[in-house]
Amino acid sequence: MISDVKLNYSDAVAGEKKSKKIHPHKFTMWVAIGSMIMMFAGLTSAYVVKSGQATWQEIRIPELFWYSTIAILLSSVTIRLSLRNFKAREMQKYRLLIAVTFALGVLFIVLQYLGFQQMWASGITLSGSGAGQFIYVIAGFHALHVLGGIVALLIIFIKAFIGKTKTYSSLPIEIAGTYWHFVDALWIYLMIFFILIG
Amino acid sequence: MSNEVNPNIHSTETSHADLHDEHHVHHHKETFITKYVFSQDHKMIAKQFLATGIIWAIIGGLFSVLFRLQLGYPDETFPILETFFGRNAEGGRIQPEFYYSLVTMHGTVLIFFVLTAGLSGTFANFLIPLQIGARDMASPFLNMLSYWFFFAASVVMLSSLFVQTGPASGGWTVYPPLSALGQASEGSKIGMDLWLISMALFVVSSLLGGLNYITTILNMRTKGMSMTRMPLTIWALFFTAVLGVLSFPVLLSGFILLLFDRHLGTSFYLSDIYVNGQILPNEGGSAILYQHLFWFLGHPEVYIIALPAMGLTSEILSVNSRKPIFGYMAMIGSLFAITILAFLVWAHHMFVTGLNPFLGSVFVLLTLLIAVPSAIKVFNWLTTIWRGNIRFTPATLFAIGFVSVFISGGLTGIFLGNSTIDIHLHDTKFVVAHFHLVMGVSSMFGMLAGIYHWFPKMFGRYMNNTLGYIHFWVTITGAYLIFWPMHYEGLAGVPRRYLDLSGWTSFNQFTELNKFITIVSIVVFAVQLMFVFNYFYSMFKGRKLTTTNPWGANTLEWTTPINPGHGNWTGEIPEVHRWPYDYSKDGREFIPQTEKVGEDESQH
Ligand code: HEM
Ligand SMILES: [Cu+2]
Repeated sequence: MISDVKLNYSDAVAGEKKSKKIHPHKFTMWVAIGSMIMMFAGLTSAYVVKSGQATWQEIRIPELFWYSTIAILLSSVTIRLSLRNFKAREMQKYRLLIAVTFALGVLFIVLQYLGFQQMWASGITLSGSGAGQFIYVIAGFHALHVLGGIVALLIIFIKAFIGKTKTYSSLPIEIAGTYWHFVDALWIYLMIFFILIG
Repeated sequence: MSNEVNPNIHSTETSHADLHDEHHVHHHKETFITKYVFSQDHKMIAKQFLATGIIWAIIGGLFSVLFRLQLGYPDETFPILETFFGRNAEGGRIQPEFYYSLVTMHGTVLIFFVLTAGLSGTFANFLIPLQIGARDMASPFLNMLSYWFFFAASVVMLSSLFVQTGPASGGWTVYPPLSALGQASEGSKIGMDLWLISMALFVVSSLLGGLNYITTILNMRTKGMSMTRMPLTIWALFFTAVLGVLSFPVLLSGFILLLFDRHLGTSFYLSDIYVNGQILPNEGGSAILYQHLFWFLGHPEVYIIALPAMGLTSEILSVNSRKPIFGYMAMIGSLFAITILAFLVWAHHMFVTGLNPFLGSVFVLLTLLIAVPSAIKVFNWLTTIWRGNIRFTPATLFAIGFVSVFISGGLTGIFLGNSTIDIHLHDTKFVVAHFHLVMGVSSMFGMLAGIYHWFPKMFGRYMNNTLGYIHFWVTITGAYLIFWPMHYEGLAGVPRRYLDLSGWTSFNQFTELNKFITIVSIVVFAVQLMFVFNYFYSMFKGRKLTTTNPWGANTLEWTTPINPGHGNWTGEIPEVHRWPYDYSKDGREFIPQTEKVGEDESQH
């Protein structure tokens, strides 16, 4: 056996209509998003079930979460713009915007962490099982997902600077963008959820 | 094994701008490591899943034989038990707590490691690209990761067998509060943490695999392979992946909350607990919450195990009875219905754990509805082989065996699905008999049928037929002899998960029966070892294939060379012109999918 094959999708896509051209890797990301939605659906429905019980304790969302919401919303805009610049081959602007997105992502994590500290200081710890404990778990897990996105961005970013070969494919950044918008939307959903059901 | 692959040939008329990054071809020497260890070839990954699954099956099976020994002969001591379990079977008698650990590991290993990873992992990886006409999975890299996560999960689970306080106990469902409190039992200590870590890795592995299977099936079919020309194996594997991708994450959330309860002082599942003379401060938790999260996966999981076996059976029965599958569209429809319903019946596992009885009645209805698509499938398998020109290969026999045990086990599901009857039967040996027949034995049969049938494609050699026949007849006879009587024990009230029943005089009537079951188990296990021998022996010494299509089958995998390289087809990927079930049509025994539809051909 002497050949290692890089797959080529044209074989597979050849017979399909042109409109069905979504790249398999992008499609994989969409399915993965479906599965992450199920995970958070599991956690939030546990929250709903528990919130109906007698010993449930409500809490107020720390203000810092509002600022982190702004940070993550902005980062969605910047990643969008960076993709546009990449496609226009405006590499200078593209790198800048990726860097800004990256920074906003880190800022989001920091703000979440400080928000947790605020909550903890106000007496909401891990003991018990009211809204507070759920928020630590759910928001914590969301932050982990953002962290995953940050790592992906970092890799793309490093590649953009020190990559030996010039890449013309916008695929990685498009996939990262989809994921980034997803964690953003997920956070908005969680905020609304905490406020309404809290 | 020297098939040069030339994937450079494109059948595309237009070049796809956004796919161009995949167009390079690298030719370089494959090392042992890239070919056998960190392989990205779906066929090699499939074999890795299968080999790992077989090792787990031996371990999990051995556990059951060893604890069966004690169940059959509660008063005897067996030095061999002490040899295996040391301190946990001091004096040759299994400790009751350790027995609980053993059944837990037996269940976990067989359900997840053998019949989920071993079954889906093997056949989804092997068959999807080959049968839809693709060179590999959508992402061979994620696919490789999927195996290595499974491997890591295996290592962690295996290591939990050797920790001082023993592996997890509490049953494969690890219900809290028992599983949440280390002080509650030995099996809730470090063994439980390892169990949870291992299962988290396992969930990641399943998700990575599932994503790939879905994407590959939907996006990478060859020209002409419309969805309704796909073999039923692919349909079944597709729905299996959908079930996994949507339900495993929910299980993971349940586990995360459990880990928090174990280590960080939360009370998601804990409330008002008095353990070892100590009152715990936890308040406000609900153990039922865990059960909801668990069974939301748990029930789909049983179909994750069953559907691949159904797909393999459909294909094998049609090929070997030389008849088109009966009701192709109905088969797809019933798979679809099962997938939907699988998400709507989870609470039938909770009829007696404090679920609102009115809610329970809704779940009774939905549960009984699953019998409809299941019955459609059974009917179609039977009509497929009905008056067929059946070739009784070992694969065919195991496929027919699958249908038989699936019927037997499915019928008892209808008993259990009625909440009023379940009050009596819950947590008895009746349930054990039900799920072993309908899921355990039947899926194992589907898997074995698949191995016998596709072994020539995997290794370019045949397995030994005589050993195959012995394997089948002993196994099916044994399976019924073991599990049929358990229904009676369960009806009489014998609880599951108890080591010693001598405290109940009314159960003394089963003393001889229990011995009998134990003896049969040992025989059946021995025959499985014979199968494993056959498998590995035939890999190296089996009769060699001389033709690419030994079974005269229509599907695409048999158009590849006898030992296909990475990339599967040497030239272009074949184009598909018809569905896969044109058997005994217009006077021809079989018409491969690659053959154009003739002018005067009759419609199917
Ligand atoms: C006709 C369709 C079926 C019905 C109505 C049905 C119903 C039930 C019910 C009500 C239980 C709970 C019994 C109890 O714990 O008291 C149960 C247990 C179980 N069933 Fe089924 N079932 C059906 C088919 C299946 C199939 C196809 C599988 C697997 C492929 C399966 C696997 C299991 C398993 C693994 C358990 C035991 C779980 C445990 O407690 O450890 N069942 N079934
Ligand atoms: Cu169920």
